[in-house]
Amino acid sequence: MPITDAALSHPGTPTTADADARPDRDTAEHAAGLTALGIPDPDSGPRGARSSVASLRRLYPYARPALPALLWSTVTAIVATVCSLAFPLAIQWIIDGPITDRDLSGLVWPAVVLVLLGAGEAGLFWVRRLLAARPSMQVEARMREALYAHLQRLPVAFHDHWPAGQLLSRAVSDLSTIRRFLGFALVFLVVNVATFVVGVIILLSLSWRLGLVVAALAVPLIVLCLRYETRYQVLARRSQDQVGDLATTVEESVLGIRILKAFGRSRDLGRSFLAQARGLRDTELTKARVISVLWATIIALPEIALGVVLLLGIQEVADGTLTAGTLVAFFGTAMSLRWPIDSLGWLLAVTNDAAAAADRYFEVMDVPVTVTSPERPVRPARREGHLEFRDVRFGFPDAQDRPGRPAEVLRGVDLELHPGESVAVVGATGSGKTALTALVNRLYDVTGGAVVLDGVDVRDLDLADLRSRVAVAFEEPTLFSASVRENVLLGHPDADDDEVRRALRVAHADFVEDLPWGLDTRIGEQGLSLSGGQRQRLALARAVVGRPSVLVMDDPLSALDIHTEAQVEKALRSVLHGTTALIVAHRASTVLLADRVALLADGRVAAVGTHSELLATVPGYGDLLATDARGGADRTDARGGADGTDGARAGAGAGVDGGRA
Amino acid sequence: MTTLSGADPGASAPVDTAPEDTWRGVATEELSESELSGLGSEVGARMRARSRRLLRSLLRPQRRRVVLAAVLVVVSELAFLAGPLIVAYAIDTAVPALARGDGRPLVLSTIGYLAAGVLNAVTKAGFVRVSARAAQAVLLDLRGRVFDHSQALSLSFHERYTSGRVISRMTSDLDTLNELTSEGLDGLISGVLTVLGISVTLLVLDLPLGLIALASFLPIALLTRWFQRRSRSIYRRTRTAIAALIVQFTETMNGLRAVLSFRREQRNLEIFRRSNAENCEANGDGLVVLAHYAPSVRMVGNLSLAAVMVVGAVQVVHGSVEIGVLAAFLLYVRRMYDPLDELAMFYNAYQSAGAALEKLSGLLEEVPSVPEPTDPVPAPELRGRVTFEAVEFGYHPSVPVLPRLDLEIQAGQTVAVVGATGAGKSTLAKLVARFYDPTAGRVLLDGIAVDRLAGADLRRAVVMVTQESFLFSGSVADNIALGRPSATRAEIEHAADAIGAGPFIRQLPDGFDTDVRKRGGRLSAGQRQLVAFARAFLADPAVLILDEATASLDIPSERAVQQALRTVLRGRTAVIIAHRLSTVSIADRVLVMDHGRVTEDGSPAELVRGTGAYARLHDAWRDSLV
Repeated sequence: MPITDAALSHPGTPTTADADARPDRDTAEHAAGLTALGIPDPDSGPRGARSSVASLRRLYPYARPALPALLWSTVTAIVATVCSLAFPLAIQWIIDGPITDRDLSGLVWPAVVLVLLGAGEAGLFWVRRLLAARPSMQVEARMREALYAHLQRLPVAFHDHWPAGQLLSRAVSDLSTIRRFLGFALVFLVVNVATFVVGVIILLSLSWRLGLVVAALAVPLIVLCLRYETRYQVLARRSQDQVGDLATTVEESVLGIRILKAFGRSRDLGRSFLAQARGLRDTELTKARVISVLWATIIALPEIALGVVLLLGIQEVADGTLTAGTLVAFFGTAMSLRWPIDSLGWLLAVTNDAAAAADRYFEVMDVPVTVTSPERPVRPARREGHLEFRDVRFGFPDAQDRPGRPAEVLRGVDLELHPGESVAVVGATGSGKTALTALVNRLYDVTGGAVVLDGVDVRDLDLADLRSRVAVAFEEPTLFSASVRENVLLGHPDADDDEVRRALRVAHADFVEDLPWGLDTRIGEQGLSLSGGQRQRLALARAVVGRPSVLVMDDPLSALDIHTEAQVEKALRSVLHGTTALIVAHRASTVLLADRVALLADGRVAAVGTHSELLATVPGYGDLLATDARGGADRTDARGGADGTDGARAGAGAGVDGGRA
Repeated sequence: MTTLSGADPGASAPVDTAPEDTWRGVATEELSESELSGLGSEVGARMRARSRRLLRSLLRPQRRRVVLAAVLVVVSELAFLAGPLIVAYAIDTAVPALARGDGRPLVLSTIGYLAAGVLNAVTKAGFVRVSARAAQAVLLDLRGRVFDHSQALSLSFHERYTSGRVISRMTSDLDTLNELTSEGLDGLISGVLTVLGISVTLLVLDLPLGLIALASFLPIALLTRWFQRRSRSIYRRTRTAIAALIVQFTETMNGLRAVLSFRREQRNLEIFRRSNAENCEANGDGLVVLAHYAPSVRMVGNLSLAAVMVVGAVQVVHGSVEIGVLAAFLLYVRRMYDPLDELAMFYNAYQSAGAALEKLSGLLEEVPSVPEPTDPVPAPELRGRVTFEAVEFGYHPSVPVLPRLDLEIQAGQTVAVVGATGAGKSTLAKLVARFYDPTAGRVLLDGIAVDRLAGADLRRAVVMVTQESFLFSGSVADNIALGRPSATRAEIEHAADAIGAGPFIRQLPDGFDTDVRKRGGRLSAGQRQLVAFARAFLADPAVLILDEATASLDIPSERAVQQALRTVLRGRTAVIIAHRLSTVSIADRVLVMDHGRVTEDGSPAELVRGTGAYARLHDAWRDSLV
């Protein structure tokens, strides 16, 4: 159990140092609770100063397939640079040879060399670009896929705490920063340093005195770049985090558009969006200020060196110790070094951005997958759908014990569902009903006790197998922008249309037939918008399509109108016959679908029995379900008998129940 | 939009019929909005004009900064260009002068060189700052515009355009622009200026040699044209590809419980892999085109440099050109092509940004179908009389949802609307809240058409609570305060208590201050709905619309809400949409709807005495009591 290891190594209480580091006590506790699960806090910045190199080194496993191509492109780039550095030498040959000798016939060979060098440089340049074009993109794609796959494996607890916007900004903008680093900056950092070294060697060979002046540049440049890195990296990280925050606000503004419109609050959110955007702008401006100083220095230093070279060089030419051709070649070569030096500034910027991006990327990739398939899954002897909760305890990872506020939502739930039996779970708001439903297919893992399916702890079962056997219908149905078929089949891509239609019939989702393209109609986000009831029925169809052995339903009929509800209930009964089902219910009619009812109170099962038994024996039970008779009667008097729909439905349900009995 | 309207097989067919894409299903959106690369030239031109217009309007307020940046970069370039000239002067003048014993030209040229170098550096730094200011101001402006505009656009737009794509516009597309401005803009500008400055200098230095050097511009221009044509469609493809990827990503993350429960991970991964591969492919194509273009330009440059050097050497021998000038040509022409690599990468950023700008300008030109009135009727105090005058409505022209509706709801009346799914109950509510405008007829509030009311007035008067209970990041209190930002803490807590949400909120780790984003993942739908209710109560509107707002509540909560409604609804108009008749108990009047028509209308007592659908429901209930 990886979770146990993590919990052991991270005691739930924060150390003093932790608490001191975070003035906000609550945040400290919150973070500590999450650390137990290995979930970092999305709001906390970089943990400790890490050097760019260390951050970037972690890219190696992903970049490895691209490395041969990148290596070759670096090699070709260096050879191309040599060609380009040799160019001024050929000119020197022309000036000190044919021109000084006034012999035009001697011009042929240097001319040929010039053309060859030029063509060679361009040709190698072409090879280099072709080599680097796809591999760096593929690294980006590979990393993105790995992130997506990892995020899909991370527990729900992680996603509860990380806004999708922060994840999105990692998957898109951070990864493209990394790609630009790998495909461009990395190659050029190497090439430019190589160019500088080769160039300085050529300069030294042309004139060692003048060459030394340029070589001396390296010292202040290195010092400058190192100093600058520490300043810039903090800014780079801040800016990326702010981009992520903006993405989060953008996401909310779009997903919550109906509420914003209903209350006319777009302007308010717009204001806070603008404040965030201003924060980002300020960071970008600070970055620009830091860069501008760096650039100015990086540009000025070589110019100063060359000024000195000019002073000394002209004297030497006048003395006759240096030829004019050599001086021209020297300047020509020194000019070729200018771009490699000038570009250092933004190459370093890209590198630092990429290092910060890599940190952000691995921050998520490092989160352990706590809900995993066991290494040696136990194969249950029977597969009949016997479900048991044994002293199940559960607390959300961030919840803390406080006076009067217990951290655990479930405090020792014992409940047994026999194969084929359906049990309704009833309880007041906050009694832990929904939490209970999330434990069966391990959206969360229990913090104590065990959920046992067919005699095996669900944590010892193969996860995919478990989830294929346990189907869930959530209270809030999620539809994806895909065809109806795809939405219903979600986890059963190999099932055929008959299966889909059967499931749709059970859920009374016959409206699908009226959709413009039937089963092929795209619904969800990018397609037709459906009503709440329609969505809920599709979610129900989704749950029953694979003929699961255990069905978990969280108030599955809440959005249906009475008429449809009655029909769905009828159809559902046939499905429930022979299926173990755990049904969270708010209404008597739903409760009546079940064979037994478990009353949940204070995180424990307070009573179990049939609906009528509980009605008779448990005082508070009736209040949780139906509109109470006396109040209803009062209202009926006052309002002319308009009330009592719930009673009507309860009655109808009882009728059906009686019929079956 | 002649090329796009109707079934444009070239545009939509590949998306929907490719076998691996059948999972997406069929929708009409591809037909109306083409984001595909196969655009007709006419549309392409319109898109470019559209984004140029946007760019102009963004840059206009930054005129002074842009001019200052331009001045700085020109000075910087001039200083930069002075270098080789000074070297040429030193070789041709200072060397002979020094031989004569005159050191002044050398000192002069050294000081000149150093001054030019420092000036170049300082102005460059200034340019970086000024241009960053301008660029960031433009970005901020654009972000604000896109955000406000997307908020102003009506729900019908959002339903069509989908959240993923709006998010993609506001994140990835804007990031692309930010990338260009923070890394590429100055490179681009100074690159262009370098080329211009050097060209002029070369021509002045020596006309024949200069002309030979500049002859290379012709093949470069042809190459550039080829590159632009090839790359533009590729970059559009990259924007579309990344948008598809973002849609898949956000949907997965927002629907993760369903993904995990139904083991959709593998299928999702396949789908994601495909859009990821397409994105990789499109970007790779862009880099390959660039890989052909940039070295070709370099080749032209190198060959022309070789030609200039050889011809120059001949002229030096003939005495018509000085060695220094030849040296200057060497330095200049190399300088001209040196930043080419950089330029090529910026061109990449520039093209992506151009494509992003096209998309953004497209979003910005979407006209809200429910526009704010230009001259709103002042309405400080609305009492809440709602009138439907011959209202017709349909989401799609062919499918009328409300065929024709006349209805009057008195101020202060509580009206329950019941009926089967699809009867048009929610549509009725959305028309009152003006989420949509009717296709015919008018909806009036106190006799004023709702489309003549200022948005702020309308929203103050009419508030709608739906089944959907999205919570925004911030505390529970913040989320309730959304109803009335000016509310005090006591008022917020009172609103929560009034509908019975107080107890569970106080149970949360930090009570009303609990951060819902961080800890809200575990608020049940019912709890979120209670928060939404508290929000609506706090808003204190004249007209309150509850669209299935109690669906997710458990019975005790629902009862608490109904108890509260009795007092809260006193004195205000309420439209309660419910498929559960329990909610109807507090209504003065019941409307039974069927296929967009009101089939029964009366007090609950009247309807019970009648023979309609409502009476039948009620009878069923009474029978069950016996």
